[in-house]
Amino acid sequence: MNQTTRHDVADHAPRTLSEFLLRWETILIALLAIVIIGNTIISPYFLDIYNLSDATFNFSEKAIIALGMTLLILVRDIDLSIAAIIALASLAMGLAADVGATTPLLILVGLAVGAVCGAFNGLLVARVGLPSIVVTIGTMSLYRGLAQVILGDQAITKYPVDFQELGRGYLVSWPPVPYSFALFLILAVVFAIVVHRTAIGRKLFAMGNNPVAAQFSGIPVNKIRFWLFVLTGLLSGIAAVLLTARIGSTRPNIALGWELEVITAVILGGVSISGGSGTIPGVVLAVFIIGLATFGLSLVNVPGIVISVLLGLLLIASIAMPIVVRRLMSRKTD
Amino acid sequence: MNYLLKNRELALAIIITLMVIGISIYAPAFATVENTTSVLNDTSILCMLALAQMMVIITRGIDLSVASNLALSGMLSASLAQNYPDLPVIAFIAVAIATGLILGVINGSLIAFLGIPPIVVTLGTLAIFRGMIVVYGGGNQVNASEMGDNFQSFPKLTFLGLSTIFWIMAAVAVTVWFFLAMTRTGRGLYALGGNPLAARYCGIDMSRQQLLVYTLSGAISGLCGYFWVSRYGVAYSEIASGFELTVIAACVIGGVSIAGGVGTVAGALLGGLFLGVIVNALPVMQVTPFWQMAISGAVILTAVVVNARNEKRGVKLILPEARRLAGAAK
Repeated sequence: MNQTTRHDVADHAPRTLSEFLLRWETILIALLAIVIIGNTIISPYFLDIYNLSDATFNFSEKAIIALGMTLLILVRDIDLSIAAIIALASLAMGLAADVGATTPLLILVGLAVGAVCGAFNGLLVARVGLPSIVVTIGTMSLYRGLAQVILGDQAITKYPVDFQELGRGYLVSWPPVPYSFALFLILAVVFAIVVHRTAIGRKLFAMGNNPVAAQFSGIPVNKIRFWLFVLTGLLSGIAAVLLTARIGSTRPNIALGWELEVITAVILGGVSISGGSGTIPGVVLAVFIIGLATFGLSLVNVPGIVISVLLGLLLIASIAMPIVVRRLMSRKTD
Repeated sequence: MNYLLKNRELALAIIITLMVIGISIYAPAFATVENTTSVLNDTSILCMLALAQMMVIITRGIDLSVASNLALSGMLSASLAQNYPDLPVIAFIAVAIATGLILGVINGSLIAFLGIPPIVVTLGTLAIFRGMIVVYGGGNQVNASEMGDNFQSFPKLTFLGLSTIFWIMAAVAVTVWFFLAMTRTGRGLYALGGNPLAARYCGIDMSRQQLLVYTLSGAISGLCGYFWVSRYGVAYSEIASGFELTVIAACVIGGVSIAGGVGTVAGALLGGLFLGVIVNALPVMQVTPFWQMAISGAVILTAVVVNARNEKRGVKLILPEARRLAGAAK
């Protein structure tokens, strides 16, 4: 029996209603609806356009990195060093700001450091042939360690005002759309088109499903893996620019623990950790679910660490439930 | 030289020895008996966790929840001590181990019976276990003054100059060695990690093995939770935060292959010791502790490059590109 699971590669549009209802994205939309309705009930301040646009500040940076992480996990890789890249890129911008760099230069520095860090990861993974999880555990310590060595226990706070505007300002004033959120939306559309509508996207799925077969089919597997690491590094650099501008400072513990939050969003979005399946719309939905749930719960003063418990439960439950349901259903038909 | 490269435990032991000699020449304070015992005592918790993690990694799994498990088990144990300070120490240890074991069973059940990938499950429980500390204790911390003497004196007992933590670690190491080397189940873990399909055809029950290693990992984390809290004299929600990655790093340095099927007790212990020596040497050499993280990162990368060179290529592939790819897929 051909059942649709969250990890099947959809090679055709859903034909029946049950097929449509069992799609992972449909389940995520239902979850998102529950989050929005639930939050509206528990807090009268939730459904306020200004509050909602404020909420996007807190997840747009992570969401941007999640797009790159999605591609890496699609091809069976992972990058645990993204938060450390943010720390190092933020530090570089801080040092540049100290010697009076202008805003365009600061942006350039942040992006360049991100891309270089990503390239180093990619080199070790794709060229030297090391497992990405171990490499990025190593570079995670290395990058953040270097940032700590240079920064010590200091903080850099002398950023130009127009730089800080990047992280706090709005692209459109009504409805209020912050720069970071607008950038995320644009990138999400670009990623969705590239992944689901171009040959490059199909290559990624092929690589994730069977790297050896993909190699023999003429896909430059290691070259693509290298550039995916560079891309994720670059996106981390973008996140570093936005985050540093938003909080207006560089500290050694900046973005600590983000790697796990980003990976949680990607997995909740339906991307298989063993590679080869997943969708960009799924990840975007997951980002919204996590971002809005976090925002709504913090509106009613639920402590951050309790929210993380709920998100952890959500992650496991959302993956366990379909498995349990499927088992029960197949038992019935036996 | 070739033999040295093949025998990574011996090579690592020599590197650590050279490192210790070098540090001692630079800073004679490092070579004192007190400092040596303090390095060994300090490193014991890391070594125990590395042993547990190694068993998990051998089966191609990973347990990211160990540090959170440690923190929660330590918290429950400490809060028992806070309420009943006169209980014998064995009660506190038993509570810590039991808590850790239950948390490990939760991980193991989700992985073994529902087939959810280990990294996903333990990523979730990493957040859940640590958060439960706040849910349980309302964000309060238990301080040394509230724990009572029974709770705190046990890790300070010494035998032959080394603390009980060290001796318990040694006992755990011997037990794990015996289990992995001498028992059918232990050998089965290597078979499972080396080739899950072949292991299955040999009649090795994968679910049972997975449940076992995550339970063991949980129980050892719980034990470490008691020691961590009683040694450092404080229990709150942030203890050992991020320590899971240090534990995995110790395994990687010790030659445990993340691809499964490869790993030895000596390797895991030496990996832990290596990191322990670095952490303890920096202040003695008057290097700022900020270097610690960067150095351990560089060491992990070096270790994984060296290990990769030693790893045998399993399948014969004709094209050089494919060969490189197969290496990468490992």
